[in-house]
Amino acid sequence: MVQSLDNLRETPSQTAGPYVHIGCMPTHAGNAGAFGTEIGKSPIADGAKGQIVTIRGQVIDGTGWALRDAMIESWQTDAAGRFPGQDDADPAVSGFARFAADGESGEFTLRTVKPGPIPARGGGFQAPHISLWVVARGVNVGLQTRIYFEDEDNSADPLLKRIEQRPRAETLIAKKTADGEYRFDIRLQGAGETVFLDL
Amino acid sequence: MTTDLGPLVPRDRAAHPVPYDVDYKTSVARSPHQPLLSMESTPSEETGPRFGHNILGPLDNNLILNWTKGAAPAVGERILVHGRVLDEFGRPVPQTLVEIWQANAGGRYRHVKDTYFAPIDPNFGGCGRTITDYNGYYEFLTIRPGAYPWPNRANDWRPMHIHFSIFGHSFGQRLISQMYFEGDPLIARCPIVNTIKDRSQIDRLVAPLDMAKSRPLDFLAYKMDIVLRGRRQTMFENKPEGM
Ligand SMILES: [Fe+3]
Repeated sequence: MVQSLDNLRETPSQTAGPYVHIGCMPTHAGNAGAFGTEIGKSPIADGAKGQIVTIRGQVIDGTGWALRDAMIESWQTDAAGRFPGQDDADPAVSGFARFAADGESGEFTLRTVKPGPIPARGGGFQAPHISLWVVARGVNVGLQTRIYFEDEDNSADPLLKRIEQRPRAETLIAKKTADGEYRFDIRLQGAGETVFLDL
Repeated sequence: MTTDLGPLVPRDRAAHPVPYDVDYKTSVARSPHQPLLSMESTPSEETGPRFGHNILGPLDNNLILNWTKGAAPAVGERILVHGRVLDEFGRPVPQTLVEIWQANAGGRYRHVKDTYFAPIDPNFGGCGRTITDYNGYYEFLTIRPGAYPWPNRANDWRPMHIHFSIFGHSFGQRLISQMYFEGDPLIARCPIVNTIKDRSQIDRLVAPLDMAKSRPLDFLAYKMDIVLRGRRQTMFENKPEGM
């Protein structure tokens, strides 16, 4: 026999279900006013420094159908690559947002500031990106992914470099559709399947 | 943003549901086919949003009263749901946001898309939230939700359950799960529960009746502890690269 490790196992995930909005985005569920302040309504306040961008997309299932019940959370730095709470971070950037696929069209919109490069552990930089967490009915464990930007230098990003099939890296890169506007669709399964992360 | 140091312990995927399960039909077209891309966590996962008590209203963790702002109580069996949020090393996770949502006593959700014919309770909204204390402890006062049928196989029913959302201190700790009630015969028959293939992990989601915390002539209590991912913390964490 050996000593026991005394570690606990993580509580298992369960699907967020179709009514996740009741608890997380009451207004979207039709329950405006359930909480005095809903969190994550915007990742930025007026006066955030840097370029304001709008990212639109859909979460698409393996049959090509856009989910109408997905909820997404995002987390990011300010325009200088600093996370909220770090020294000198932009006080107008909370960095966190919650948004949902539209109940009719499945379209989501994230309006935020474009993040900056982030120092990587052990040197170098991660290219500017926004971390996402996608939950929905039928998604048993929340899916992590990232939005990078096609008009940034992504060539040295440690995560993108780790993707063996180079064309798959494109699934993490938002496409510019107009000045300050990007398209980022999330494909859960099949052709063009988004790279999901385990980190 | 957290001041904790160290990368997150990699997720033990065997502790979690399988993403693809034919008995939970919606998962079939919504589960990735490609393997996840694994690497050590980065600051993007190790940091995370923090919420202060300034966001909380005084009744946010009292689902019996919060929908009517205290004017009239919800219908149903009154219960206290309480527990601790810990990490994989048994350390409390203090000052973290816990959110819950649930059906009413008849099994009906207050959501624009729920059309089940059990009636809406005019006094029940179905959402609550709180922030853990310095020992990672939280509690909610609510009513026991009803079981409800759902379109999957011809006659599937969800066991009584409360949905949980927990933040932790890192975006990579983010977790959504569900709490079930000791003794409910529908747990074993539920295709969503059974996406978890490790029986001992299913048991982690079944809250025991806790008579010691119940209050005579008022409410019963159920205990639900939650464990989030831990962070590796050693004195050698900041060594120069390659050494
Ligand atoms: Fe439910």
